[in-house]
Order: sequence, then C-alpha cells, then structure tokens
Amino acid sequence: MAQRDVQELKSVTIRFAGDSGDGMQLTGNRFTDTAALIGNDVATFPDYPAEIRAPAGSLPGVSGFQVQFSSRDIYTPGDAPDVLVAMNPAALQRNLKELVPGGALFVNEDAFTKSNLKLAGYEENPLEDGSLTDYRLFKVPMSTITLETVKPLGMGKKEGERCKNFFALGLLYFVYDRPLEPTMEWIEGKFGKSPDLVEANTAALKAGYNYGDTIEAFQTAYKVDKAQLAPGTYRSMNGNLATAYGMIVAAQKAGRPLFYGSYPITPASDILHELSRQRGFGVKTFQAEDEIAAMGSTIGAAFGGAIAVTGTSGPGVALKSEAIGLAIMAELPMVIVNVQRGGPSTGLPTKTEQADLFQAVLGRNGEAPLPVLASRSPDDCFDVAIEAVRMAVKYRTPVIMLSDGYIANGAEPWLVPDLDTIEPIEMDFLTREGLGDEPHLPYKRDEQTLARNWAIPGEPGLEHRVGGLEKDYLTGNVSYDPENHERMIQVRAEKVQRVAQDYGPLQVQGPDSGPLLILGWGSSYGAITSAGEFMREDGIPVANLSIRHLFPFHRELEATMRRYDKVLVPELNCGQLSHLLRAEYLIEVESLTKVRGLPFKVVEIIEKSKQLLSTEKAV
Amino acid sequence: MNASSDGATAQLTRKDFVSDQEVRWCPGCGDYAILAQIQKTLPSLGVPKENLVVISGIGCSSRFPYYVDTYGFHSIHGRAMTLASGLKCVNKDLSVWVITGDGDGLSIGGNHFLHTLRRNFDLNVVLFNNRIYGLTKGQASPTSEQGKVTKSTPMGAIDHPINPVRAAIAAEATWVGRALDNDTKHLPSMIETMAHHKGISFLEVFQNCNIFNNGAFLHFSDRKIRSEKMIYLQPGQPMLFGENRDKGIVLDGLKPRVATVGEGGVSLDDVLVYDASDPSLAYLVSSLDYPDFPVPVGVFLDIERETYEDLLEDQVEKAESKRGDMSLQDLVRGTNTWTVG
Repeated sequence: MAQRDVQELKSVTIRFAGDSGDGMQLTGNRFTDTAALIGNDVATFPDYPAEIRAPAGSLPGVSGFQVQFSSRDIYTPGDAPDVLVAMNPAALQRNLKELVPGGALFVNEDAFTKSNLKLAGYEENPLEDGSLTDYRLFKVPMSTITLETVKPLGMGKKEGERCKNFFALGLLYFVYDRPLEPTMEWIEGKFGKSPDLVEANTAALKAGYNYGDTIEAFQTAYKVDKAQLAPGTYRSMNGNLATAYGMIVAAQKAGRPLFYGSYPITPASDILHELSRQRGFGVKTFQAEDEIAAMGSTIGAAFGGAIAVTGTSGPGVALKSEAIGLAIMAELPMVIVNVQRGGPSTGLPTKTEQADLFQAVLGRNGEAPLPVLASRSPDDCFDVAIEAVRMAVKYRTPVIMLSDGYIANGAEPWLVPDLDTIEPIEMDFLTREGLGDEPHLPYKRDEQTLARNWAIPGEPGLEHRVGGLEKDYLTGNVSYDPENHERMIQVRAEKVQRVAQDYGPLQVQGPDSGPLLILGWGSSYGAITSAGEFMREDGIPVANLSIRHLFPFHRELEATMRRYDKVLVPELNCGQLSHLLRAEYLIEVESLTKVRGLPFKVVEIIEKSKQLLSTEKAV
Repeated sequence: MNASSDGATAQLTRKDFVSDQEVRWCPGCGDYAILAQIQKTLPSLGVPKENLVVISGIGCSSRFPYYVDTYGFHSIHGRAMTLASGLKCVNKDLSVWVITGDGDGLSIGGNHFLHTLRRNFDLNVVLFNNRIYGLTKGQASPTSEQGKVTKSTPMGAIDHPINPVRAAIAAEATWVGRALDNDTKHLPSMIETMAHHKGISFLEVFQNCNIFNNGAFLHFSDRKIRSEKMIYLQPGQPMLFGENRDKGIVLDGLKPRVATVGEGGVSLDDVLVYDASDPSLAYLVSSLDYPDFPVPVGVFLDIERETYEDLLEDQVEKAESKRGDMSLQDLVRGTNTWTVG
C-alpha cells in the first residue's frame, strides 16, 4: 500500500443516500458508532420516507442518513454534507444540491441504468454528461464488485447485491481511516445465526476497504482526531431511547411501577417498543385501541398510583386533549410525551417540526394550564423525562414533554449518568395514619406546592370520588358554586405557576448582556449553540440560550432577555414561541422561522444574526 | 372480580356504601333501583371497601360513583373503560366497576367497549340501557328502536339499533347478562354472579327513563305480562316460559321458534336446554326479541379465559426472573460503550 498523505480535518459531514431497501440507515449507524468509538463527537440525522417501501429506484423511495463527526464538540449533524454516497440516480437527484461545492461524491455506477435514470427524472446520465464537474466524483461499480466478492460464498444475485451497503461502508472507512473491527463485531452479533450472511457482509465490507486501497484514487487519508469530551463512559443515544430510559429511571426513583399507555404513531412508536422490552424492570406497557384510550388508561394508572406516562405525536395529542383536561381537573400526576412531527393533520409524519407548542400550552377547552417542557437534544430527553415525572408527582399535574422527530431519531454520544446521583422522587401518598384525626379533604393543598391530597385506591378509610365536574375547594365534591369555580381556576393556575420555583438556573452561553441574544427551545438548540460558538470565535459578541421550560417560563427569563438589545427566536414553526414571549412580556423579539420538515442549519442562524447586528449598527 | 376475604369486611352493610352526596336523578328514575341493588350487594362480596372502585363516563347513569362510598372516578364521555383498564394494569387486586349507559358505552365509547371486552380485564361493567339520551334531554341513542321519534329524529330514527348483549358476545366477553331495573330479586342475583366472575362481566340493565322514554320496556316487562313476554335463562334448564311454563324455545336446525309443550308433537325433551358455556348458543339466543319471542334475561354467557392483567403480570414476572442481577444502571449503560479520559 502506497504511503498516503494525511490531512487533518476538524469535522466531516457524510450523507449516505439510497433506496429505502438499500440499508442506508444501517450503514449510517455503523459509521456513526465507529466514529464515536474512536473518540469523535458525532451527531446524526436520519431522513427517511413515510412510505415503507416506495417503488425501487423512485424519488419518494430515497432514504438518507447524515452524520457529522468531529474533533470538537458539535451540536448538529452538519449543515451540508462534505461527502455524498449515492447508491442510485434517485438518491443523487434528491441530495446533490445539498453537497458542498468541491465535495466528494461516491456513486454506485451500476445503478445508473436507463430505467433508474428515468425514474429519477434524468434525461442524460449525469455521470457522463459533465454535469458533476464541480465535485470530486468517484464512480464505483459497487454492485458488480460486491457480487463478485460474495459469489464464491455461494450467494445468489439478489441476496448478494444486498451486501453492497457494506461495500460502500468499507470504502468510506478507508477514505476516513477508520477501523473495520467494530463493524465486523456488530455483523457477527447481528447475523450470528446465519453464518452465510456474516461471511458475505464481512467480505463486502473488506472488499470496499480494499478497493479504496487498491485503486489509488484516494491519495489523501483524511483524519478527524478525537474530540475533547468530558471524561467518562459514553454510549450512543437517540432521543426516543433516552426518553424511555428516563421514564424507567424516574419510576425506579419513585419506587412505583411504570405504566406506559400508547397507540402506535410515527415518530413516537420507538418509545413504546423500547418500554415493551423492559418488563424485566417492572414496566407495564399497554398498547391501547386508540389515542384516547391510551390517555384514559394513563389516567387510570395515575389514579392507581403508578408512574403514568403516555407518548404520541401531535395528531395523537389532539385526540387526547379532552382527557388531558380531565387529568388537570382530577389533579393527578402523569406525563404526556409529544414527539412532534410536521403538521397539521397527518402532515409530514417522518419529518421534524416544532409546531405543537401552541397545542401544548393552549390546546384544551376551558382554563387548563399545565407545565410544558421540551428536550433540546437526544441525551437531554433523559433528563427532561425525569424532571417531567418529578414535577408531575410533586405538583399533582399532568405535564407535557415535547420532543421531535429530529432528536427522537438523531443520535449523539452520551455520558452515561451514575443513577445513584439522581434524587429519589417522593410520591407522598396520603394515608389514614398520616392524616391522624383530621377529616379527609381530597382537595386540601400543600401550602408550598398547592398539590392536593392524594390517596390511592387500596388505602382504607380514604375512599373518595374524583372526576371532570368542577370540584369543591376542599372536599372535592361536585360544586356549581360561581365563586368556588373561579377560585378553583385560580388555584389550579397558581399551582402550575409554582413549578417554576424548582427550575435550575438559566444557562446563557456568551456575554451576559449585549447586542443580541439567540433564544430557542427544543431541538433547534444544536444549530443555535453552534451558531453562537462560531460567531463568538469570530469575535461577534452574541449570546445564546435554549429554554427547557415553555410553560410556565423561567422566572429570570424576562430580565435576561431585557439585557440584550435584540432577541432572535429561531424555531421550526411560524413563530409560536415568539408569540408567547411577546404576549407574556410585551417584549419585541425577532422571529426566524422555518417549516420545511428539516432542522435549522447553523448558517441560517448565523446569517440572520449578522443581519440583525448590522442593522443595529446602521441605526 | 377478585374477592379477597378480610375480617374487616364482615360487618359491612348497605349503609357503608352510601355516600354523603345527595342523589340527583329525576324522581322515579330506574337508576335509583339499580343503585339500591348494587349498594345492597356490595357488602356481601367479601371485598374490603377500600379495594372497590367505581368508574363511569358521562350521562345520567355515570353520576353513579358519587353516590357510592368507595373510591370512584366520574370520567369523560365514553372513556370509563379506558381508565378502568389502566387501573387494572397497575393494581389487579382492586374490584373495579364500570357504570355506563347506552350512549356512553355503545356510541361514543363503542370502540373501548369492543376492545375492553375482548381483552378480558377483570372488570364488572353495568350498562344502563334506557334507549334514549337523558342527560342531553332526549335524543335518539344507539339502542333506540328504528322509527323512534325523538328530538333529534322527528321523522323517526333511521339507525338500526345495536343489541348490547349481542355486541358483548360478539366482542368475546366472558360473562354476559341482562336484567331489569325493577326486578328486585333477579337484578341483585345478577350483580352478585357477575362480581364473582373472574374476567370481564357485562350486564345490560333495562332501565326506565321516566322523563324522556317512559315505559320503553313495558310492552314486555309489565308485571302483568312479564311471564308471557320474558324468559329467564337458567343454565342446564329447558328454556320454558309462560304463566303455566308450558311454552318453550325449540330449534329447527339453527332457527329458534316458540312452541307449546304438548302441542304439535312437541315434548319437554324437544325444548332447548340452555348452556351458558356455549358462545354460539348465547349469540343465537341473544337474537330472541319482542314481539316474536320472549325477551331473554339472565346469564347468556359464562366462560373462563385468562385475564389481561394476569397475563401482563405473568410477563413482568417472567421478564424479571430472566433479567437476573442485571441492574438498571447496566441497562442504561448498554453494551456498546467507550471511555474518554
């Protein structure tokens, strides 16, 4: 093997794109794990079609997986790929415009057949008509070589060709100087029961690597060094898994069983799948007949004293709304997870959006406030899940936890927490004994939290009734009294306001006053944080802040915002947080919105920030 | 339901189950009779009071939990069974009663009716069927007869009505019964029997709404004609009815007909013997209706099947023993880790 030049890169973004049957998600995940294992920081963005299997070779059938790996802390999967792997013409057609100029383009030239070109809308073969001269094009007969590789192993054409994603992966490992061993071990674990598949996929992986070595087209080895991450044990974590784990841990910290009532819906179903596998930790999942039943069963489980959670996406929350109102009225603790997707209606099921904020904060009949939290990154889902349960239990209220498709499926390295450091969750059930000689008043409240007394079925002597009709302030009996109703509306609202007394400090990055604060929530955290860091590195004094608590807001939020001349609020909707901030504080904010089913790019936030800063100077 | 005997329950009386809330149904409503019978029966079940839970939806019948001094939940329209399901998942030792109506249980809650019954949670579901919407003041319900004139159907209901017992059998409930609200002997026996059934038990109670649908069942339930127009199902007994118990149900192939014993060559041996363990027979008998047949009441179906909550608990136990000494920390750490620093 010829000695290659080594070029150090800070970070590289690769997008794997192919037909939904080409195994691109698997390929991307393997590359990610390997990068993480050798110490890079990584962030990923799977982007797959809503159709399970659109016709092979068609544009709607293109599935993509983007990964950024880096020697520094990163918060996003990268704005635009430096490298595109296109397994067929449709994948090229769909993704080429994103590839940076001069970027590397690896194509499976075997797939550029007349019929595939036609399916992708190409009249001429782009590999031959000179239209790709702006890129470093590598035409690789991936199918042919893969087939030749696996043929001696007795594998047929159809099965053999399916190994070509491992060929592509091996090739990329060569180019970016990554080891094959982690993937080989994974193949062994995954296909161990079928030795044929282990052998074939391993052979294809090695063939890809060796192809890179042999053809000498890749004179430069690109090296991305280890990132400076905090010391500790890491694993790869995505948002849905982190949410599931957070809920299990919270239930264990509360010493109660976890109940998860849910109805399958993209992109939340993986939480149900994961929790269903964890009965060994006392998890009781219930796949309900519909979203309403999922919510109703969660209320029933909460009434019974379990840690009660339901998970869904926006359309499911719409169906659950009446029952969420019941939970507010009954003042029972539970968590509703909304993994947001593009809406309205069925919308864009597999794409991301942050457009359910109004629904979470405002979307119920009557005066029906509840706390709303949002996770900002895959690993943050773990912490938010625990905080949501803790808050729900302490204040006897349903809590909405917002996640979204981007962080639900995106992965990043996660410093595995020591569970012993997590505080227990006190259920504080009322018992006859604890009550002493006092009469049982089911709606009598704790002075500090305004949480009501809570006795669960099975506790002798504390039998009582709850329900959706307005309650008497103390007894909880049905009351139509006008003054009582107003008082109850106020006390429920005040109780929810009080959750803010437990919030940790706001964590602003950058100067603590100045010309511009970039204020975001949820998954736009990654792009906002990177934008802030990049600008500060260039000497631009911007600050950035991502808020977890969407309702009620942090008590320091207004004062913090007022320390900056301008506040920019980027969000993947038409300005919902901007609207709430203006309404709450009568404060002007600049809204940056995007509703394309795709996350923000760092550059979009930088551009808007610079624009605001330049008008600042001009005035 | 799961009756655990407890010394403390021995002294319970009807009074222990009367709450301090004023009952607000219309005077003369059939709901009073059902409430009284259930309150009278609960003390005899051997279940500690604190383990009894009554859950309802919305409608006149759904005010029921307020009047019974147990744990209770007056939920939202149609959803009582969903709350009951979640509760049973997390505490299978409770005796949970679902009180619903024809609108609540079969219209807005129709989906939950189907799925809760098939899952066979150990719940006692009592459906008050008055064939009208009472709380919303008189619209047609899913059990209203075709042609019925109501506020929402001034030219007569077009809908073909649903037969709750038939629907429950079709949904594969494991215990299905029917009773009359003012049948003071038969109704409590049905309540007691259903309470002792392990698995879902579904009881339809013909309940008179004296304001919006008065006398809806009188054409067969009037005491003067009851013996001729109704038939009490008794397991292992021939299906006889009539003042002189000389009429019986006879099958021609799969077609039932009414015959008089001793006439037309029909003997007692020809009369169909009821068997509540046979879902097909139960379904066939559930088709018997006024005016061609006597209206059947009693236990239509009584079979055994494992309950949802027991199967769930089994899975948890199996998974827990399989987990061995793997800790939650082990799970969260996973197997694919790397170390920094």
